[in-house]
Amino acid sequence: MAGENRGIKLKIQNVSKNYDARNAKVTALNQVDLEIRENEFVCVIGPSGCGKSTLLNIIAGLIEPSQGKVFLDGEEIKGTGKERGVVFQQYALFPWLTVLENVKFGLKLQRLPDKEATEIAMRYIKSVDLEDFVNAYPKELSGGMKQRVAIARAYAVNPEVLLLDEPFGALDAQTRAQLQTELLNTWQTEKKTCFFITHDVDEAILLASRIIIMSARPGRIKQILDVDIPYPRTQETKNSAKFLEMKAEIWNEVYEEYLAVIK
Amino acid sequence: MKHTNKNILWKWKMLSLASVLLLWFILSLIPRTSRSFPFLNEVLPSIALMIQRGVLWKDISSSMIAILIGFALGFVSAIPVAFIMAWYTPVRNIIEPWIQFIRNIPALAYVPLIVISAGVGRRSQIIVIWLACFMTMSITIYQGIKSIDVTLVKAARVLGANDFDIFRKITVPATTPFIITAIRLGLSVALTTLIASESTGAIAGMGMRIRSLSNTFETAPMLMYIISIGIIGLLFSKIVDFLERRFTGWQEKIEA
Repeated sequence: MAGENRGIKLKIQNVSKNYDARNAKVTALNQVDLEIRENEFVCVIGPSGCGKSTLLNIIAGLIEPSQGKVFLDGEEIKGTGKERGVVFQQYALFPWLTVLENVKFGLKLQRLPDKEATEIAMRYIKSVDLEDFVNAYPKELSGGMKQRVAIARAYAVNPEVLLLDEPFGALDAQTRAQLQTELLNTWQTEKKTCFFITHDVDEAILLASRIIIMSARPGRIKQILDVDIPYPRTQETKNSAKFLEMKAEIWNEVYEEYLAVIK
Repeated sequence: MKHTNKNILWKWKMLSLASVLLLWFILSLIPRTSRSFPFLNEVLPSIALMIQRGVLWKDISSSMIAILIGFALGFVSAIPVAFIMAWYTPVRNIIEPWIQFIRNIPALAYVPLIVISAGVGRRSQIIVIWLACFMTMSITIYQGIKSIDVTLVKAARVLGANDFDIFRKITVPATTPFIITAIRLGLSVALTTLIASESTGAIAGMGMRIRSLSNTFETAPMLMYIISIGIIGLLFSKIVDFLERRFTGWQEKIEA
């Protein structure tokens, strides 16, 4: 297994983001510094309004920070780029395109010949077990299937970093568990740097090699924890002593922040 | 299962038609209403009568030409205006309140003003229909562009789409359902405005003919013309239904 000396893939340097609300300035993120290593699986956890989505959008290049910089492989990012793929909570499939066309979308933008684009897309559709639905429209799919398509679509353009914004937040418990396992398997076979946002403590421990706990408004990094549970992990991992121990620890930290929000 | 549903639907349609015919028949018997609602046995022969007088085809074609040209002009002008309103807030702030204002004035009210400037005849008919179609369609399409899901735009951006890709691959398909709704509303507005547009000095046309027949109390051909307008409206909506199935079948629909 790769050690701690892997290269720094993403570097977030002193990033802040302020919004102009109706009659006050809201600080969504306050001086966030973070380094994410290559092939690392990082989960960000925190109460709503802690700026975790804002941080993801800044890394994706969809929002510009008010202050600070983001570096990918040592180079400052400017806008969006296909080396940073995003999976959204609301799936964001194009409803007028079939499953195949959705997965091909990014490949076509790269002017890949149709045959090659179809080949690549089919490979990823198969990897998420949806080959029976290639020609289906999103309206014919369940939530879990939609998110599988979205994951295949993100993978198809072969990004170096995958940014996932509470991707399983809208799914029922069984589907969520299944997709977690699938994502873990994919991450094991096709190593990519993952930046995964969640507010589910179990999900964070199950997936992450490192967990970042964020504090409520203004969003800051409160604590960074290494999850030293070896991969491959399965749903059974959730019953291990180490898992439960971490869960209790993280719960206390996160709970404090939730209370702060309620107040 | 599907077949039976279709069968049942067809039976309901027949029942609906039969009840209206029955109501119509009763109206044609009651002395008070019989002059306004002559039954089929008088209305159907009036088709031949109007053909004999050499006006039926002339009226229909004259009205259709005005509707189709007015609608086409309305459509072609509404699309760019809708996009400009959606993209440039200052333009929208200036134009939109006026479109909303004029849209609510019945065309019948301002027809005389247009006739005074544009003269009697087809030109003012087309202008009236154009205006009415433009108002309705530009607002509908504009609202469609505004309601595009920003997450889809974001999803396209992170997959490498530039502004032109976003327009071609997101804005256009996402707006299509609204454009089709705009066509539906526009055609319906064109038809209702037609009668108003023919109210002043038309030489032919279905609206003009209804008016002139009312002067001579010829209610059977009048009713025939009125029903024909309804049938044309129905045909329009069938065409739009087809467009809808063809181009927006991907849409999520709430099944009744």
